[in-house]
Amino acid sequence: MIVTPQSMHFAEALPLQSGASLRDYALSYETYGTLNAARSNAVLICHALNASHHVAGVYAGQDKSQGWWDTMIGPGKPLDTNRFFVIGVNNLGSCFGSTGPMHLNPDTGRIYGADFPVVTVEDWVNAQARLLDALGIDTLAAVMGGSLGGMQALSWTLQYPQRVRHAVVIASAPNLTAENIAFNEVARRAIQTDPDFHGGHFYDHGTVPKRGLRIARMIGHITYLSDDVMNEKFGRQLRDAVLAETGTPDYKYSTQDVEFQIESYLRHQGDKFAEYFDANTYLLITRALDYFDPARAHGGNLSQALRRACAKFLLVSFTTDWRFSPARSREIVKALLDNKRDVSYAEIDAPHGHDAFLLDDARYLRVVRAYFDSMEGVS
Amino acid sequence: MSDLQIMHALAELVPAGSRVLDLGCGDGTMLAHLQRTRGCTGYGIEIADANVLACVERGVNVIQLNLDEGLSMFEDASFDVVLQIDTLQHLRNAEVMLRETVRVGRIGIVAFPNFAHWPNRLSILSGRMPVTRRLPYQWYDTPNIRVGTHADLGVLAERNGLKVLDSFGIQQGQTVRFLPNLLAGTSVYKLSR
Repeated sequence: MIVTPQSMHFAEALPLQSGASLRDYALSYETYGTLNAARSNAVLICHALNASHHVAGVYAGQDKSQGWWDTMIGPGKPLDTNRFFVIGVNNLGSCFGSTGPMHLNPDTGRIYGADFPVVTVEDWVNAQARLLDALGIDTLAAVMGGSLGGMQALSWTLQYPQRVRHAVVIASAPNLTAENIAFNEVARRAIQTDPDFHGGHFYDHGTVPKRGLRIARMIGHITYLSDDVMNEKFGRQLRDAVLAETGTPDYKYSTQDVEFQIESYLRHQGDKFAEYFDANTYLLITRALDYFDPARAHGGNLSQALRRACAKFLLVSFTTDWRFSPARSREIVKALLDNKRDVSYAEIDAPHGHDAFLLDDARYLRVVRAYFDSMEGVS
Repeated sequence: MSDLQIMHALAELVPAGSRVLDLGCGDGTMLAHLQRTRGCTGYGIEIADANVLACVERGVNVIQLNLDEGLSMFEDASFDVVLQIDTLQHLRNAEVMLRETVRVGRIGIVAFPNFAHWPNRLSILSGRMPVTRRLPYQWYDTPNIRVGTHADLGVLAERNGLKVLDSFGIQQGQTVRFLPNLLAGTSVYKLSR
């Protein structure tokens, strides 16, 4: 499936939860499949921390440019684009096309940098709703996302309950735990304390806080995997280069060399990430994660918070996901049960930790496929 | 439950329009039947991946849970009816789950193979564990970790202070009210707190 990114400009200011607003902003998006005559087969995909509107398919002439959820979405895939009209949208504050901190602030004529307003999950959903308005889509057959994307899907059912018939919430949570916020804070401190960060205005200085980004990615990456999968993949293996150099399977007795495979892997992940990801975006998106907490306005009572939701739900979690554990998904399930909402919940016994939601796990994909296949009123 | 006749007989016990929780709902056949024929709503609980998938395929709400971890997700009296059809015999904490069934449901309906059915008694008398259509397993491969009788469940219900609203047997799809402990392969209890 060859796909083309598009962009939609919005002149009207978007009021934000913080009280600030954004005007003259653009959203990058892609669509797959065809909107039916009744406009009843649209599915919105919400992305997580480091993803974009490029959800599925490849760009012309770039065979290896598969979208981040290409295992899930496409012709004949679990979310079948022969039947559904699928929309991927890049969130505000991101660094993949939609208006973000590296763009010009129309109020000052300078690059936003650290001045880009803090955006929340609710703000993103409002922006996505405007995109749907512009595309002439009143009601979604489904909204779907994993992790932070699942939070947006959940938020859709609360902010626009009449516009969502189904919500597919994968490897997500009703809010972050203290431990989760703590991981985000380590990542943010790594970025903020990088001398190249310049308080977020590094564009003016012609620098990129790559050291901070690398460490942010390394810590993040650890939390997306499971102990089991790391042990299976890397264990205590030493790098081939170390073995070749020493001629024995011995340590180098150095404190600064990269000796273990896992060290090498993490550094590689960090290096790759620092090349393409924006530091301010990382801060903004992790903050949006920290802030999301629909129960907060209801004294911490999630059941009360979810009373507004009238969509049907599918929730999926993965047994080895300790960043967004099954227990957190069960909290959402319980709140839906308390409100007598239609909900199904699959707990997939997968070894891959949080990352499992992006991987090709047959049991997981079969459940999602069955859910979309049994969806009525899509014609 | 594989036996369609037993399923239909048990469905008769569920009031029309009930909100139903089906513990160990299998592939969702019973819930789908209740939704279609009696206007019921509700959820199934299943542990097996294949059954969860089957439920989703037929559009039955299903929650993947291990019943041995309890029903803490469900509030008191949040369902009109809680079904436990051919589930009790698989549970480690069968007694706790019996109490949970009537905590969460205003009515609990429990059905399970009656080990005191006369062919089983004959088999034991001859010195061998029974292998029948209702209990098709060998002693060494049975998934039934609890074997009990129609009479045993009555005693357990009483011990836990549960009200027995009705109890009977089912044999070949027919209700058995005369000597059910002897004459029925399946025992049925309708319970409340």
